[in-house]
Amino acid sequence: MSARDPFARPGGVALEALSVALGSGAQRFTAVRDVSVSIAPGEFVCILGPSGCGKSTLLGVLAGHIVPAGGRATLDGVRIDGPHPDRGIVFQQHTLFPWRKTLDNVAFGLKMRGVGKQERHQRGRALLERVGLADFADRYPSQLSGGMQQRAEIARAMITGPRILLMDEPFGALDAQTRSMMQALLLDVWSESRPTVVFVTHDIDEALFLADRILVMSPGPGTVIEDMRVPFARPRERGETRDLVTEPEFIAIKRHLLALLRHRQPALPAPRLSPLGDGPSSLPSTSAP
Amino acid sequence: MTTQALPRPASVSNAASRTRPARGARAALQGASLALGLLCWHLATQHRLNLGVITFENVPTPAETLRAAWSLLQSPKLAHHLTSSLSRVGWGYASAAVLATVTGLLIGRSPWVRLGLLPPLEVLRPIPAVAWIPLAILMFPSSELSMIFITFTGAFFPILLGAIHGAESVDPRLVASARSLGASRAAVLREVVLPGAAQGIVAGLAIGMGTSWFCLVTAEMISGQFGIGYYTWESYTVQRYPNIIVGMLLIGVLGMASSALVRLAGRLVTPWLALDGSAR
Repeated sequence: MSARDPFARPGGVALEALSVALGSGAQRFTAVRDVSVSIAPGEFVCILGPSGCGKSTLLGVLAGHIVPAGGRATLDGVRIDGPHPDRGIVFQQHTLFPWRKTLDNVAFGLKMRGVGKQERHQRGRALLERVGLADFADRYPSQLSGGMQQRAEIARAMITGPRILLMDEPFGALDAQTRSMMQALLLDVWSESRPTVVFVTHDIDEALFLADRILVMSPGPGTVIEDMRVPFARPRERGETRDLVTEPEFIAIKRHLLALLRHRQPALPAPRLSPLGDGPSSLPSTSAP
Repeated sequence: MTTQALPRPASVSNAASRTRPARGARAALQGASLALGLLCWHLATQHRLNLGVITFENVPTPAETLRAAWSLLQSPKLAHHLTSSLSRVGWGYASAAVLATVTGLLIGRSPWVRLGLLPPLEVLRPIPAVAWIPLAILMFPSSELSMIFITFTGAFFPILLGAIHGAESVDPRLVASARSLGASRAAVLREVVLPGAAQGIVAGLAIGMGTSWFCLVTAEMISGQFGIGYYTWESYTVQRYPNIIVGMLLIGVLGMASSALVRLAGRLVTPWLALDGSAR
């Protein structure tokens, strides 16, 4: 893992009365209205909600790709006004550069910082090893499986030691088995360097397995309707002998969240929003839980 | 390139093999079609075919053309003709490649540059090389530069369109990721837009190579003593008809070969495009 700058502050987020409007002209609509949340440094927060509830839009504001219409978003007290390597982002469909081999993709953030090739490759290789891709450093992204691509994508976002990691349904396109492996890997990586994580999902099990805290959002326009702590101790088991998913408390919370989401389903299918704020994205929308 | 690509789904390779004949059959068919073309030319000119709207009475036969080609091959002038033409096409093409690629990427990326630059370029685009001759002579101090300018106009627009199209096809999510990883505007252009547009640029460069040769005869009508275009045009004025065909074929072959060279170079600098899977 790359060492964090000792003078960097730890990654506390504050959203104050944040509103976001997307589209232009007659198509302009409020995607997020009056959201106020504060997230502690190192906290793992999942934003849960159906398609079109503005959860990806919120992520886009934190990444600095969307400018809010009202209110403000800050990281450690500094207003977010553009993308910055302090705030790493991971998309649902990987955004690795097809023309760079995996190692150079992962080391890209270091190159942008002016780090020399030798050190870049050394740190890139160490990180690839950490996510289990040591043997795939010289492959192009199109030669990796979907799970490997997402591991490389996460490694790339982590290499500059971001204070906060923003993840937009990063495992949504993976099969169930790969997904749970990726969740365990993410928790491993997170527990080592402890960046703040804001993780968007519409999968309740995923949120309950990963998060310290869950923010539930409802659409039309997007607001936070529930802010709950996840009471389970870590590490959370997902094995044959003992499985979190089958425990009574887990089931009770899941039922509560399901009820929340069910009542807030929009009457009409909402557009799937993207963290780039360009309205309905070209990605196929998957059904909400 | 290593060929460690994941296996291609069977259905894809089956479909490909069903529609594409084997290598040997392909070469045979291509050779036969060339031979047939040659035979038609021979028969039409040998029998001085006259169809009313088109006549082959004054068209040289393949044999006459071959004799003319042989004498050109032995002439010391051939090297002069070739080097003159190659340097004109080379300079015109190279400057067009640089200018059109940069302009195209900027137009493809920035709506402001598009609004500011594209309208005049669209007006200039349909103007044929021949129509540029008088202005080319007036604008440039030497006839050599005028000729280079004409080959430049031929190459510029295909490359420009390829670069614009390439830049427009770059996935905005890749740009967003690069910026989140600390890339400046210049770094985004260099690291994301340029390689992302590579497919379009290479296609434009290959077509532009052909159109640059296409304009060579036009360019060398301006003046000169040497050049394949000049040789072709001069052969008409002095009524050495077989030489016209030699010149035409020479331009065709050189144009085809240099386009193939551009394509090959393009493949070498974009190895990721040859991989299986969704290389964007």
